Amino acid sequence: MLIRRAADIRPSEITDEKVWRARRDFLRLGAAGALLLTSPARAGLFDSTPEPPPGRADFTGLNTTWGSELKANSWQEITTYNNFYELGTDKADPAQNAHYFTPQPWSVAIEGEVARPGRLGVEDLIARHPLEERIYRLRCVEGWSMVIPWVGFPLADLLKRFEPTANAKYVEFTTLHDPQRLPGQQRAVLPWPYVEGLRMDEAMHPLSLIAVGLYGRMLPAQNGAPLRLVVPWKYGFKSIKSIVRIRLTEQMPQTTWHRANAHEYGFYANVNPAVDHPRWSQARERRIGEFLKRDTLPFNGYGEQVASLYSGMDLTQWF
Amino acid sequence: MVLTTPMDRAQGRARQSSDPVRWLKPLLFGLALLPLALMGWDTVSGGLGANPIESLIRRNGDWALRFLLLTLTITPLRELSGWSGAIRLRRMIGLFAFFYATLHLAGYVVLEQFFDWPAMGADLLKRPYITLGMGCFLLLLPLAITSTNGMIRRLGGRRWRALHRLIYPAALLAVAHYFLLVKADLREPILYGALLALLLGYRLVRALPGRHSAAG
Repeated sequence: MLIRRAADIRPSEITDEKVWRARRDFLRLGAAGALLLTSPARAGLFDSTPEPPPGRADFTGLNTTWGSELKANSWQEITTYNNFYELGTDKADPAQNAHYFTPQPWSVAIEGEVARPGRLGVEDLIARHPLEERIYRLRCVEGWSMVIPWVGFPLADLLKRFEPTANAKYVEFTTLHDPQRLPGQQRAVLPWPYVEGLRMDEAMHPLSLIAVGLYGRMLPAQNGAPLRLVVPWKYGFKSIKSIVRIRLTEQMPQTTWHRANAHEYGFYANVNPAVDHPRWSQARERRIGEFLKRDTLPFNGYGEQVASLYSGMDLTQWF
Repeated sequence: MVLTTPMDRAQGRARQSSDPVRWLKPLLFGLALLPLALMGWDTVSGGLGANPIESLIRRNGDWALRFLLLTLTITPLRELSGWSGAIRLRRMIGLFAFFYATLHLAGYVVLEQFFDWPAMGADLLKRPYITLGMGCFLLLLPLAITSTNGMIRRLGGRRWRALHRLIYPAALLAVAHYFLLVKADLREPILYGALLALLLGYRLVRALPGRHSAAG
């Protein structure tokens, strides 16, 4: 019986192999497409399950003096998605090129309008300042943001040590210029070395931080080892990395992105959802690890602390 | 009823296997799906990095542009190599350009903006790179729609060819779109721009009057 029934199937009823293979390919394609759209959530890419940072902590017994209520991004996110053109222009480049950059030995020169100019080794610098943990939001001018647990000390404490004169109106910071260790500098993508600046009152503000670590570890190369600036109410490019010189000046410093494109990057660069970048909106941001964008806050949420620095200023003009 | 002898079939197979397009086409089809497969794999394996949305949108945009330039390479390839079979691969490559452009746009609408129509409307009006990118897609759309044999017949060869010259402004818009979204490192947009200039320059030189007499 069974054999007979099987023989009853006419050849024309059997699906041609080419056809069923094509159908399978089509279904597979559809499945891949569906996967592409839905799997980030299923694969856990967006629930940012925190993974522990590697190795043992370099800094212990730290007090968290700011932002303990914030949920920090993972070590992985913070150390593999970086804008540090000195180590490559793609955001994955700095982590991959980090091995070029050994930040020892390292010293920082403090010059210009100070009573006692000098140079300080980074170990001295760390030894002389009590370190604390500060969990800050970081908002990039490109429209993404992170929350980062920095280790550092107030910039003001460092500056006071060198006794700024009455002529000191601005602070100019300079990144190491060494195309061997920072191979991104072999191409003139930006005018090297990278220079950033703050107004004196901004620099002395208690939120302005010199960071030497994150997640209790020493700063990795890609995050600006061995020391960097962190100004949480300004776009990320103001927070200059791998500083070798701090100069106090009477004139407003010529900062790198402003020199590269004055129309798009101002000296102040305060986070401001009401003032768009000429090429994209600044109203919202994507927090790394989240799917839906969130509203960008004026001064990146630090308005209560810093808005008074800019009272009477037209922030559309001084962007 | 048509009777075919084993000999007929053998001759048919011989004719088919001597035509490289017959195996080249499925091979190219498979290769053209590799970027999508890789994106799928990276999506599930966490290989897209800290900003998977940005990564997916960029990669689809890259491939749309690459296939667009590849489409424009077919005519020079055919003319310079003298192999007329190349033309039969063009429609598929062009449709892959449209396929990745569609995923690129879908990535912007769904992943980047999550159907925030007012935000996208503002982008379209205020951000030149968005305006140009959307313009490019709108130029590719009728080309994809009229890519079938039926549509070619319905339009007639002359009108169809005239319509499909839209690929030139579309490619220019795609490269301009890339130029305008880069912050400082223009290497890649310059590379794609140079390739496009080469491909369009070839056509310009070929169209110059007196070229044929000079070539003798």
